[in-house]
Amino acid sequence: MPYFGSEETVKDLKRALSNPNVQADRLRYRNYITRVIRSMTQGLDVSSLFMEMVKASATVDIVQKKLVYLYMVTYAGHKPDLALLAINTLRKDCADPNPMVRGLALRNMCNLRMPGITEYIQQPILSGLRDKASYVRRVAVLGCAKMHSLQPNTEIDPSVVNELYALLRDPDPVVMVNCLRALEEILRDEGGVVINKPIAHHLLNRLKDLDSWAQSEVLRLLLRYCPRSDDELFDILSLLDGFLSSAHAPVMAATLRLFLHLAAAHPAVQADALSRARGPLLAVCGSASRELRFAGLSHVQQVLRSQPAQYCSHYKRFFCSYSEPGYIRLRKMEILVELVNDENVVLILEELKSYCTDVSTDLAQAAIAAIGRIGRTYTEKCLDILTGLLALKQEHITSAVVQTFRDLVWFCPQSTGPVCKAVEGCDETPQDDEGKQALLWLLGAHGELISSAPYLLEGFIDGLKVEISSAVKMELLTSTLKLFLSRPAETQDMLGRLLHYCIEDEADMNVRDRAGLYYRLLQSGPDRTRQILLGPNSDPSMTVLTGRPEEPVSVWASSFNTLGSLCGTGAGPENLPAEDSAHQVHAAEEAELGFGPAEQNLNTEPEEPLSDAAAAELDLTAGPPISHEAFERLWLDLQVVHQQVLEVRRPPEPPETLQAAFLLVKIQTLAFSRADAALWKAYVYSRAGGTLLLAELLQGAPEEPESEGMLLVSIKQQPENQSAVRNFISVLKRVLQTLSSNTS
Amino acid sequence: MVTALSGDQPPVVMSHKDLNFIHVRQGGLYWVASTKTDASPFTIIEFLNRLAALTKDYCGSLCEKSVRMNFALIYELLDEMVDYGYIQTTSTDILKNFIQTEAVTSKPFSLFDLSNVGLFGAETQQSKVAPSAAATRPIMSHRSEQGGKNEIFVDVVERISVVIGSNGVLMKADVEGEIRVKCYLPTCSEMRIGLNEEFSIGKSQLRGYGMAVRVDECSFHQAVKLDEFDTYRILKVCPSQGEQTLMQYQLSDELPCAPPFRLFPTVEKDYGNRLLIFLKLRCDLPPKSTALNVSVTVPVPKSSLSLSQELSSPDQTADLQLKNKAILWSIPRFPGGAQLSALFKVEVPGLSSASLLEVGPVSMSFELPKHTCTGLQIRFLRLSPTHPGLSQRWVRYVTHSDSYTIRI
Repeated sequence: MPYFGSEETVKDLKRALSNPNVQADRLRYRNYITRVIRSMTQGLDVSSLFMEMVKASATVDIVQKKLVYLYMVTYAGHKPDLALLAINTLRKDCADPNPMVRGLALRNMCNLRMPGITEYIQQPILSGLRDKASYVRRVAVLGCAKMHSLQPNTEIDPSVVNELYALLRDPDPVVMVNCLRALEEILRDEGGVVINKPIAHHLLNRLKDLDSWAQSEVLRLLLRYCPRSDDELFDILSLLDGFLSSAHAPVMAATLRLFLHLAAAHPAVQADALSRARGPLLAVCGSASRELRFAGLSHVQQVLRSQPAQYCSHYKRFFCSYSEPGYIRLRKMEILVELVNDENVVLILEELKSYCTDVSTDLAQAAIAAIGRIGRTYTEKCLDILTGLLALKQEHITSAVVQTFRDLVWFCPQSTGPVCKAVEGCDETPQDDEGKQALLWLLGAHGELISSAPYLLEGFIDGLKVEISSAVKMELLTSTLKLFLSRPAETQDMLGRLLHYCIEDEADMNVRDRAGLYYRLLQSGPDRTRQILLGPNSDPSMTVLTGRPEEPVSVWASSFNTLGSLCGTGAGPENLPAEDSAHQVHAAEEAELGFGPAEQNLNTEPEEPLSDAAAAELDLTAGPPISHEAFERLWLDLQVVHQQVLEVRRPPEPPETLQAAFLLVKIQTLAFSRADAALWKAYVYSRAGGTLLLAELLQGAPEEPESEGMLLVSIKQQPENQSAVRNFISVLKRVLQTLSSNTS
Repeated sequence: MVTALSGDQPPVVMSHKDLNFIHVRQGGLYWVASTKTDASPFTIIEFLNRLAALTKDYCGSLCEKSVRMNFALIYELLDEMVDYGYIQTTSTDILKNFIQTEAVTSKPFSLFDLSNVGLFGAETQQSKVAPSAAATRPIMSHRSEQGGKNEIFVDVVERISVVIGSNGVLMKADVEGEIRVKCYLPTCSEMRIGLNEEFSIGKSQLRGYGMAVRVDECSFHQAVKLDEFDTYRILKVCPSQGEQTLMQYQLSDELPCAPPFRLFPTVEKDYGNRLLIFLKLRCDLPPKSTALNVSVTVPVPKSSLSLSQELSSPDQTADLQLKNKAILWSIPRFPGGAQLSALFKVEVPGLSSASLLEVGPVSMSFELPKHTCTGLQIRFLRLSPTHPGLSQRWVRYVTHSDSYTIRI
């Protein structure tokens, strides 16, 4: 489609180009040809000038020649018969004494994409391969690849391949690299150019003569080579050593990738390479070009998957600058979350907090979500910040905070109390679907702790007619039903109204079906409903407590320095905390609906040799908390029924983490001694199969010197049930093992 | 078609079917590469940056107009740089043998040009000062009027990014710097650049009592010879035509001098729905230096409606940008050691004490000509052997704000 000019312009140009006066004046002639090129670039179809342009190719003016060739390469496909007229000029130029002209003609001749051209270019290419000027050889070598692509289904000419392999020893480095490129294209079906030992070593030795583009390309090809022995491997690595700290980002990245690949069997070497590339990689992250910065950040993110500790002390490098575009800032926030440790947490949180009021709502919400992710480890500090943000009374901020709260409660049950208090004190309700759903989930799951929950839900039910999103309606149904189970008196009336509306007036089939399902469920009695509807209110797996495990380098090394690493969010599903956990929540909910009692099995080992029914009976369950006095009375009254040294040491986590971990497996805690106490004690309790279990964990007991720091557990029980004790011990042991194995 | 570019921040890599598109933005233009293979992103991005830099070198400036006027030249450049999708060379030294087309430049009429000519056409003092516009002309214009000038520019450019906490404590201070050479000499033998002799690299080195200039890390262009660097801090290089970055360096967490600006803010609720923001801004540069184009952005509550201000001098301006919900206070010149103050009264309906939390953090952007934050200086610049004909050498220093944030 023409953007500028029209038919008229083409006619004018045609007239001018065929005007002998113009042709006589070199500068005017060239000027008109430039105008043709300009029109072509701007999208005007100037293919009708082909004849005139072919005539213009017979000139000594090299600039004019270049322009005409450019034109011919563009339009040869449309006018193959006319293009053949130019072949003669091109072939003549291929024998020109000036190597620049020879190269130019050969290059453009190979670029003509039209049927039957191969028979004309074959001879010039072959003589070009033996040309004495390296400029022509470079062109000829790539010409072989172009020729092959013009006739893809013909047999590969072995003599050309051999000639190209021989030219790998060409003194000109660009010819050598072009040979690799051409062979790679020609032999693509056979797996590309063969990198055997002599070729690999030849390439390695010439590496320093190449420019940085060629270096990174050769380094990439070398990925294909496998050294025969460790000696050879380390020789190669020491040759490559200098390139690891190259100032050119492409070379540095390609070298690092090769290092990681070659040293796959030597994790220590990999770690060393990563730490030596840290400086250059950080420099890329601060580069003036923001796209390069982004690429650097994406790669840092990959490295963090295996070695987060390496970058922890450099966290300030990842503070956002206000002039940076959003995609860089989002990456930086993701990285900051990974870098948090005890020393920098305060500063990182302060930095993230300042992003929460950003003009861009996306960035503000991402910052809030990032604080929430840190909150899984440093709950208190983050809760303070998040609660403070609610005071801003900004819709998008409130929504993001509520979503973050929902995730926090799911992952860190110990945060439930403060979150409920904050939700209670917040008088702004989110207006977007995501935020509404999160708030509803909180109200349903922890309605007994939020005194205003029925009023908030009532507000939603009153506005039901104008609610569009069916997801919000579904969530509202579930939440109201859950709240009904915990606070029936206040909720009964509105639940009735809600179900009535949804069954009678709702147009969305899913919502109507869900309401019908709940209605029939309620008919089967509140106990049955409770059993089916109420699932765990916190994450039953322990991923949060233990943090994300460090992945081996090999998981991501193959995508290092590829476009893929820039496309996705580099570090896997953890990057989308809100959606991720929301999905889990729903998944859990669906599971409960389908298979009522199954959820109770979540905490027992599946291989336990008990029948399902018995297992369910012996499962630990959380009950009402026991006061200190009651516990003490019971402890003094009862006898020790079981005592055993657990083959685990005391996990070094702070008490609140331990408490949360225990709570996840339904073991409630009464008291811990201080972490630095010489004689460390903990009192915990749980219920199973109708009995109450009390336990004391003891480390460094003087009367048990052989335990050597192992934990000694003493259990008292009322009434007695040996299998419950066994089950309790196995659960306890598993928690402690998981905790200590993840921190060691 | 590829999905429309959304706003000002499209992703760097986009894919459509089997084709990947990678772009960079320079000079307000998108430079896009497409590839079917899973190539190295670093290589492609660096190449696009290099292409943009070369286009700037050859066309004189980087804008849509100069590209449109120089289609032929850019085609010629691309033809020599890339063959069949493979990078052949990007070195100016090699390219200059092949590039024959001359750049078309547009020289807008400017009063500034006239001011160089004094009474009766005599050269005034001004033309002896480092020419700021001279460095934006094509490197190849031998035959044009200006082309005869043999000039070489050495620029020390630093970008500073600072975060100052609400208690005035410096929380983060990073400097990224580079030494750039822009060479218009058709041929140049060897150039020796002497840096401060006290220049030291790395954290571990002991610092004497003198004014040591220290950076954390430092990397050099391939072509730089460093045999005299360790003892005399001299860089030796044969610069090729066009622009090159000879040395890059970083300094983090520590500045040898005080950060250039200090802010003393007071934010309070006035009667009614009015918010009072009183800012005192001090420039801690040495008295000889001056900051230019200083702009201060103060985020204000979302519901802000109007602004009235009292500024200390008439050349300053301040306005409320409703789109960004921020006050933009611009100060064209800010001499070192000076202190400016501004009082902003913002009308915010429904002002509450929570609204105060929305004020800040303040961000600043500025330019510090003739100043480097690390203190890096060029002692001397020597061309050997001395070039026949008049060759002019210029050394310029400038510090830009990459990001300068002050929390309230």
